Amino acid sequence: MSAQPFLIAAAALFSMGIYGILVRRNAVMVLLSIELILNAVNINFVVFNQMLSDVLLNGQIFAIFVITIAAAEVGIGLAIVLMLFRNRQTANINEFDLMKW
Amino acid sequence: MTSILETFSNGLGISLVVFLPLVSAVFILFIPKKQEFLIKIATLGSSLVTFGLSLIVAYQFDYDNAHMFQLGNKLTWIESINSNYEIGIDGISLPLLLLSTFISVLAIIYSFEHLPEPVNPKGMMSLILILETGMNGTFVALDLILFFVFFELVLLPMYFMIGIWGDRTVRSVAGFKNQIETRLYASIKFFVFTLFGSAFMLLGFLGLYFRGSKTFSIPELIELGTSGAFTGTFATLVFAVLFLGFAVKVPMWPLHTWLPDAHTAAPTVGSVLLAAILLKLGSYGFVRIALPILPEQAKAWAPAIAILAAIGIIYGSLACLAQTDLKRLIAFSSVGHMGFVMLGISSLTSIGINAAMIGMVAHGIITGLLFFISGSMAHTYHTRDMDRLGGNMKLLPKTGALLGFTAMASLGLPGLAGFWGEFMALLGAYNPLPGLNITVFRTSMVAGAIGTVLTAGYLLWMLQRVNLGEPKEEWIGQDLHDADNYELAAWIPLVILTVLIGIFPKLIFGSTNDAVISLVTKAFGG
Amino acid sequence: MVVNYNINLLAEAKASYTDGGIFAEFAWIIVVLPFLAALLITFFGKNLPLKGAEIALGSVFFIFLYSCILFYLNITKGVASEFFVNVGSIGSFQIEFGWVVDGLSIMMYFVVGTVSLLVFIYAINYMEGEIRYTFFFTSLTLFAGSMLVLVSAPTLLQLLIGWELVGVCSYLLIGHYWEEKENSSAAMKAFITNKVADVGLMIGIIILALTTGTLRISEILYQATHDYEAIKSVAYIAGILIFIGAMGKSAQFPLHVWLPDAMAGPTPVSALMHAATMVTAGVYLLGRLFPFYQGIAHEALDVVLIFGVITLFSAGLIAIVQDDLKKVLAYSTVSQLGYMVTAMGSGAYTAGLFHLWTHAFFKALLFLGAGSVIHAVHTNNMSEMGGLRKEMPRTFMTFIIGTVALAGLPPLAGFFSKDEILASLNHEGHNFFFIIAVAGAFITAFYMTRAVLLTFYGEYRGHGHPHESDSMMTTPLMVLAFFAAVAGWVNIPGIYTGFTKWVTTRKNGIIEHHPESFDYFALFSGLFAGLAGIGLAYYIYQVISNPENGDEKIKFQPVWRVLENKYYLDDFYFKYIVDPIKITFAKSVDKFNTEILDRFINNFGNVASFLGRIVYDKLDQGGIDKALNLTSTGTDTLGSKVKLIQTGKTQQYIMYFLTGVIVISVLVLLVL
Repeated sequence: MSAQPFLIAAAALFSMGIYGILVRRNAVMVLLSIELILNAVNINFVVFNQMLSDVLLNGQIFAIFVITIAAAEVGIGLAIVLMLFRNRQTANINEFDLMKW
Repeated sequence: MTSILETFSNGLGISLVVFLPLVSAVFILFIPKKQEFLIKIATLGSSLVTFGLSLIVAYQFDYDNAHMFQLGNKLTWIESINSNYEIGIDGISLPLLLLSTFISVLAIIYSFEHLPEPVNPKGMMSLILILETGMNGTFVALDLILFFVFFELVLLPMYFMIGIWGDRTVRSVAGFKNQIETRLYASIKFFVFTLFGSAFMLLGFLGLYFRGSKTFSIPELIELGTSGAFTGTFATLVFAVLFLGFAVKVPMWPLHTWLPDAHTAAPTVGSVLLAAILLKLGSYGFVRIALPILPEQAKAWAPAIAILAAIGIIYGSLACLAQTDLKRLIAFSSVGHMGFVMLGISSLTSIGINAAMIGMVAHGIITGLLFFISGSMAHTYHTRDMDRLGGNMKLLPKTGALLGFTAMASLGLPGLAGFWGEFMALLGAYNPLPGLNITVFRTSMVAGAIGTVLTAGYLLWMLQRVNLGEPKEEWIGQDLHDADNYELAAWIPLVILTVLIGIFPKLIFGSTNDAVISLVTKAFGG
Repeated sequence: MVVNYNINLLAEAKASYTDGGIFAEFAWIIVVLPFLAALLITFFGKNLPLKGAEIALGSVFFIFLYSCILFYLNITKGVASEFFVNVGSIGSFQIEFGWVVDGLSIMMYFVVGTVSLLVFIYAINYMEGEIRYTFFFTSLTLFAGSMLVLVSAPTLLQLLIGWELVGVCSYLLIGHYWEEKENSSAAMKAFITNKVADVGLMIGIIILALTTGTLRISEILYQATHDYEAIKSVAYIAGILIFIGAMGKSAQFPLHVWLPDAMAGPTPVSALMHAATMVTAGVYLLGRLFPFYQGIAHEALDVVLIFGVITLFSAGLIAIVQDDLKKVLAYSTVSQLGYMVTAMGSGAYTAGLFHLWTHAFFKALLFLGAGSVIHAVHTNNMSEMGGLRKEMPRTFMTFIIGTVALAGLPPLAGFFSKDEILASLNHEGHNFFFIIAVAGAFITAFYMTRAVLLTFYGEYRGHGHPHESDSMMTTPLMVLAFFAAVAGWVNIPGIYTGFTKWVTTRKNGIIEHHPESFDYFALFSGLFAGLAGIGLAYYIYQVISNPENGDEKIKFQPVWRVLENKYYLDDFYFKYIVDPIKITFAKSVDKFNTEILDRFINNFGNVASFLGRIVYDKLDQGGIDKALNLTSTGTDTLGSKVKLIQTGKTQQYIMYFLTGVIVISVLVLLVL
């Protein structure tokens, strides 16, 4: 069984995520795009784990780590977005320049 | 008692003479400023003890061996450059040491009551004591670095004396766009000028150190020098820089211009110490260091020195004739008198150098006294302008009489101290060391002799303008104070000394003659 | 310390004198005493009944007595000895003071003692109530003492010391009334003129001392008379230089200008100065060094002779035109000093000293007489005197004696001494100088007669009522008149020549011609000249005219004006010597000092401060500091540029990030 289709799918997913991060204005959408990237990575982890016949299942365990962290990250991220929205009445990240010099 | 005296002769005596004033000055700094009387008494006590010690030194001095360095010691000081704390006195330095301790006492007595603004006796007294250490130290130091340290040490107190207690009038000065306070100008000129000279002198000392056998010891260098160790361009250069250092201090024409300003601006005590002792450091340096260590160069330079001395005599006297400022006149007279001293030295004969020695002492006493008197008069009249003075004999009879006496002494009246220096210097210049250009020296001698006439001229003219005649209107009815007891106590000893040396020159020659003869024989073979 | 210096080398001339014993040994007392007296007067004088004059008088009285004893010893046995006290040595030179007691110095002691004593007595009265009375006696005592230092000198150094001390005392005394600028200027003039001459003396002494290796006069004279080569080579120049010194003190043309001005002092001072102290010093010096001049410096003696003759003639002429009685006498002194110097110059040692001796008495007499007159009429001008012979008989009589003595009529003192000088000129064959000296005698007689006629004859032209001075003043006059009458009898050729013996009693013998009898040619020439002078003056001022306007008869305007202006010598000195030095030279030196030397030094300061400014502005502030500051400002600007990248826009950052990743990846791929 070839890994290629899975890797292509992951790469597509990754690219979609990148695209989403770069072009979406809505902060929630950006967060979602990040999720896409993380899942693309997860796919890679699982695929490579399978390909390398790792008995310790490092790749799968790592994927679960990533899912966990992604959940936490989305939680915090959404909370921040929520707060920003509450303060500024918008979720457009172009209008957020608090990090500017 | 004897044992104490014995330890004294082992360098302790002259070390005490040198450092006691400095130590006292430190102590005085701890006395509160308000206890003026205590400060004055302590200073006077210290200087009197110093003077007493110097008398003990003079008593212990072996006059039969006056050509040897005596009562000294040699202690390791800066080992890395082989510079030692080497001290000692011989017949040449002894009279000057005594003069220095003596004049210091008188200067302190005078300062009891007569300080110009800002009075501050604490400051002045400690400066005088520090100055005394510098002066005494220069006369006993037998190590070039030690000599240099003391030589420079005197600059600082004198700088402050002029700068703080000096004349506050504002005047314009040639070459400067803005007017400047006299004391400021004078103190800076004095300091920078002399430092300029001595900086070069230090170079000369270093030259001697490296070219000689890595020693700063004056006796050792004299041995080296008289045996012909220093020759050629190197020695010429070294003599030139030593000359520069000493000639500024003397001062020789044309390096004298700091002197009139410094004297005019300085407070009375300052001018007295400056004239009486500080100028001698230069001429002493010639006799102690320049001549015996570099005899060949001294011979080469002697005619030039004689010419400069002769110019100084005539120039100084002529400049005196043009003065209207009393203190400035006396300052210029110093240029003339020190010209005689240098003329004596330049002849390189035992007569000439002896003449220079007695000339130094006499000039110290007489010009010191003249500055005492003129300073006191400037204080009383609040002016030094001779056109405004007049009839001083009527207004201040005691001061006037002493001024008359001192002027007579200063013009070289036989029977008073000043005569010997002048006459013997001319005697020496007539027959200089064989091999020197006799025409130059005899011309200088004639110039010097003419200088004595001019000297008489300006001093008598000064007396006529200041002392004689009827008092001017502006002084009549003024409350003018004649010399008080402090002043007389400071002046009378000098008067007595002037007469004593005048009729019994052996007081000086008895100490210097052997030393000078040995110096001349060793260095010049004559 | 005291050594009796019995020079064996002078054994040759020894036979005729003794060492003077204890009186010679203690002769230093008379030299030291005046100085002690002066000290005492200064400190205690004011509280004494006579305000210090008694101490002065006591000291000169002692000097007088002591000199009488020495004089007696010299007459009877002859005394010549020297004593030395060493006061220091310089190189190989011994500096010695001491005292010499021999015929020459004893004669001077006697003259100084006698004249001083009489002048002091006179002055007590004359100066009464005058300002600074006590100080006057201090200086007068010092004056006498300084002269004694001079004449007692066995070394040239002590001689120089006495020489200048005399000068200073004269300064004090001439300027006694220093409230007036004129008087203090006269004092200054005296001092400075003498100082100019002293330069000559000083250099002369230096030359002699260094050539002979000693300062002792006797040794120098020994070398001079014993064919020492070294001293011979400098004899001429040294002789001239020393004579220049003598010219100053003894007021020889052209250095005589100070003496007439010295009349600014009180009259007793003039009397003392003109008779005993001061002006005789030059003649004494020539006498003391006479063996030197005679032995090896005779060329210099010719110069001495010429100046003496010029002086005796030119000063006599000026005396004719003076209106001030004291100035007549002053120029007369100059003229008579010319005679003494002429005598010395012609090689007549005794004659010169003899004239000094007689002159001392009659000139002191004349001055004191003049003082007595001036005291009475309160003016110096003869035009305001006249007819005083009735009011002041004693002064008149003594003044006449003095005049006749000065005019050289027998048997008074001046006759014998002047005759000796004329005789020696005649003997030496100086015919021209002889004629001038005779003419001088004529002039002397003329101006003295004129002065007497103007003062004592005719009508009184002044104010107030003059009356005779009291006995304190006239007694000295009479004593001096006695001396003026008889002092000449001690040296009459062919009869009694005691004086010759007295003054030649000294070590270093004098060789000279001693006439056995009068030189009648010289004698009658002098005598007739004197008589003619008196006669002519009498004729002009008494016969064809009267004392008031006698001058009109002889006023040849051009000559008269030249004489009144003293040959324009003073003007010349002031215009061409004093003023240029005092004003032009002095001012230019001062200007040089402040404008050039000081400017030079100050410009050093300026250049230094300019350099400093450059270093500070351009190098320090503009260079190093600027570079240092650039590091901070540069960072600042760079930062402000770079910060623009940080927009705060997350997506941009990510863009950059990705771009970076891509670039790096590409690079890594390319390199690998």
